[in-house]
Amino acid sequence: MNYDTILSGRIQQIPPSGIRKFFDILEEMKDAISLGIGEPDFVTPWHIRDAGIYSLEKGFTKYTSNAGMSELRREISAYMHRRFGLDYNFADQILVTVGGSEALDLAFRCLINPGDEVIIPVPSFVCYGPLVSMAGGAPVYVELKAENEFRLTPGELKAAITPRTKAVLLPFPCNPTGGIMGREDLEAIAQVIRGTEIMVISDEIYAELTYGQKHASMANIPDMYERTVVVNGVSKSHAMTGWRIGYLCAPQPIVAMMTKLHQFGIMSAPTVSQYAVIEAMRNGDPDIERMRDEYDGRRRYLVEGLRRIGLDCFEPKGAFYVFPCIQSSGLSSEEFCERFLMEEKVAVISGSAFGAGGEGFVRCCYATSMKDIAEALTRMDNFLTNLKKKKARETEA
Amino acid sequence: MTKLLRLLEEDCTLTTGQLASMAAIPEEEVKAAIRKYEEEKIILGYKAIVDWDRTDREAVTALIEVKVTPQRGEGFDRVAERIYQYEEVESVYLMSGSFDLTVIISGRSLKEVARFVGERLAPLENVTGTATHFILKKYKEKHLIFEKQARQEREFIFV
Repeated sequence: MNYDTILSGRIQQIPPSGIRKFFDILEEMKDAISLGIGEPDFVTPWHIRDAGIYSLEKGFTKYTSNAGMSELRREISAYMHRRFGLDYNFADQILVTVGGSEALDLAFRCLINPGDEVIIPVPSFVCYGPLVSMAGGAPVYVELKAENEFRLTPGELKAAITPRTKAVLLPFPCNPTGGIMGREDLEAIAQVIRGTEIMVISDEIYAELTYGQKHASMANIPDMYERTVVVNGVSKSHAMTGWRIGYLCAPQPIVAMMTKLHQFGIMSAPTVSQYAVIEAMRNGDPDIERMRDEYDGRRRYLVEGLRRIGLDCFEPKGAFYVFPCIQSSGLSSEEFCERFLMEEKVAVISGSAFGAGGEGFVRCCYATSMKDIAEALTRMDNFLTNLKKKKARETEA
Repeated sequence: MTKLLRLLEEDCTLTTGQLASMAAIPEEEVKAAIRKYEEEKIILGYKAIVDWDRTDREAVTALIEVKVTPQRGEGFDRVAERIYQYEEVESVYLMSGSFDLTVIISGRSLKEVARFVGERLAPLENVTGTATHFILKKYKEKHLIFEKQARQEREFIFV
């Protein structure tokens, strides 16, 4: 069998993630420290787990309605209002999905006609481009700049818009940069989009993790509600990655199409998880504050530590990543990560893995213990000092 | 400033540099604050929480309910003081409800604890009765769980 001709050309064309090999090495390593995985290190709070367990004990194991249990959608509606000042009707404007990823996939597939372009700011999470391609669209990448704190500027957006532009993806707070877009930043972007037919897909999965200022949603900017699909979920906010629950909020005609697609592809999100998320939405706000507070302390410590050992590092105000510039090391991002792992046994992720504009940076995730962060910093300091010594010896020779 | 206390309560091995970063306070101020907390006895001390059951050292802990006749002008304080002076006594709390003091003591053996109760605690003037409960197994103390927690089998994934 020649699977190359059997398998879909479209999916074969999508390049695999280059990080896999790196993680295989890491897994074999003893005493390795990982600032690599972008996932909360907290276990889901017990009262939420308990609600899931209770639903199993009661035998609530059947499918739910396609869009998700109405009780859950009511809670999501209340949560969106309470936390972000956004109003969505639980009956026809909210869809419960299998993680934020499914919500993104649905959004692209429901909006894209063949050849439509979707503007994707990079560096950003790796799934957007491939999902757009799989939906038959063409990703158009816009390189964000460190000097703009990795925010999308109206000028950059304008330059990327063509008659084929269908949508703009907004990945803020941003993985891997930790950059956020404040209300004024969004207002400037809205200024470009108003009066066009361009849609916004706003991936707000890190919305609860902002430091020093509250998250602003694009859907809250005047005239943008009708053209915005808000993607969110509980993975990051409530440390519930493995439960696989996300949701999207959008104008009714869009949610109707997405629900249709979701119904055929997925049926409904896991029932046990939906019960747990009802509890998370209803009584989980203090958990969010507690975890955010904890992340914030580690964030400050890591940023200060990286600066102290001589790396340029803009202050990330969201998510749980720091994105230091490693150009002073004289290595490419990939070399840096590989050698740092082999020589000091610490895993950080090459910025280049997140698209253009990521070269020269590495992503450090601080969703890990203070002990590990402190040790990683010591090892990073060692690594940089050794690099300098080697360089000095080479120039002497 | 309770931020510092909360951080220290959770992990007193944090360095003043780490505390300074985490609480966004200059390190000198952190040092001064800690000194002040120690002087004012807001911070009483720093100790490790040890699971002796994982070592070969024998240890027995008991929780004793103590009934006391309060003294004129001094309430329970004086009796409590006479109890907490003993080395063996780990904790003493004044309680609401059907008895007055909870005394937690630890010793090397059941016998040692029993002797303490019989010879030291019960005969104290104003102590009118005791009930000794031996602790059979510790599950959690100060938010720390004694049993080794099972870990989810997992691979690194790219997120």
